[in-house]
Amino acid sequence: MDRNNQDYKVAFGDIPGTLVFTAERARKGYWLNQFCMSLMKPENRKRWLANEQDYLRDWKITTEQKAALLARDYNQLLALGGNIYYLAKVFSTDGLSFVQAVSTMTGMTVEDYQAMMAAGGRSPDGVRSIKEGK
Amino acid sequence: MAKITAGVATSHVPLIGVGIDQGKCDEPYFKPIFAGYDWTKEWIAKPENRPDVVILVYNDHASAFGQEIIPTFAIGCAEEFTSADEGWGPRPVPKIKNHPDLAWHIAENLILDEFDMTIINEMDVDHGLTVPLSAIFGQPDAWPALIVPIMINVVTYPIASGDRCFRLGQSIKRAVERFPSDLNVQIWGTGGMSHQLQGPRAGLINQKWDQTFLDDLTADPERLRQIPHIEYLREAGSEGIELVMWLVMLGALTNPKELHRHYHVPASNTALGHIVLENGK
Ligand SMILES: [Fe+2]
Repeated sequence: MDRNNQDYKVAFGDIPGTLVFTAERARKGYWLNQFCMSLMKPENRKRWLANEQDYLRDWKITTEQKAALLARDYNQLLALGGNIYYLAKVFSTDGLSFVQAVSTMTGMTVEDYQAMMAAGGRSPDGVRSIKEGK
Repeated sequence: MAKITAGVATSHVPLIGVGIDQGKCDEPYFKPIFAGYDWTKEWIAKPENRPDVVILVYNDHASAFGQEIIPTFAIGCAEEFTSADEGWGPRPVPKIKNHPDLAWHIAENLILDEFDMTIINEMDVDHGLTVPLSAIFGQPDAWPALIVPIMINVVTYPIASGDRCFRLGQSIKRAVERFPSDLNVQIWGTGGMSHQLQGPRAGLINQKWDQTFLDDLTADPERLRQIPHIEYLREAGSEGIELVMWLVMLGALTNPKELHRHYHVPASNTALGHIVLENGK
């Protein structure tokens, strides 16, 4: 079956509050994500936590990406090509769980986010499609 | 001859591993999560059900592979694999022992069947592979089955279509049935169900969609294999796309019969799903 890569990707842009990790994002975030991978080694985690700015100097990461990393601004990091499974190395190094880190992207407090999850999670109603508003 | 006797699918939420590793299974949050695996633990301990080999379909979450190499489909062929350090130290689980003869046999057959597999001889395996083992086998000193890891890229797009994953499963089944020694083989599909770990829409759960997916594993596999990526993303959240890995399991089964089902919300950010399917004829 013939599939067109542009049509395939255009549809992703219609999902509210979601950035699909396409080739464009993967390219933009290449070094950002590779930096995250370096935190899988305990000695690197130690060096990173001891002096974040200094650690970042060795990486080809843009000024914008660096600022977002230092601020732990995960929505911004996603927009700049980061991927959540890579960024997980940063929040794990901070000692945060997935719930704690993920909640920071929703504009909710951790407590409110946990309460939403305990009540069955976020409903898909209204957040399936920007165009169709359903 | 080797034979696939059953399919098992389960979410592989990291928190399940945390609950087991830190001895929290009896806490109120974890109790309903683990209760749904009791049936499976009992079932798989019976000699007639115990697999010699589990073909375990999972995805790497930026652990063994970064952005430098992104295999769409890969198969682990080494003698053994160890648990990856995902940023909080490796999970304390036994070494994962492969069945390299079967793994290479599957790799050869898949490639001859036009699935261009990447062969992996060195990698650490992350929660995607180890959490299902812990959920179903508990905390033994050694895993009671040999494990053939099949890895699917579900992180960097485009990923393989659901239908392609289903056909990969069909090809795995043919390869297993050609293996000349008597082995009880199970195929496990992992990941899912609905969840989203990113952006303002994080926390999305779609119970209705998930339950229909569970129903259709036996009622309408043909519908499942045709679900396009965009539907997973819209309906089951950006990380719900992991369910394509369940389709590899499904493709390896013939007229499966549902033996057990477990569904619980939430496990961390995720709708936990687990199903045991007996292979039919
Ligand atoms: Fe996963």
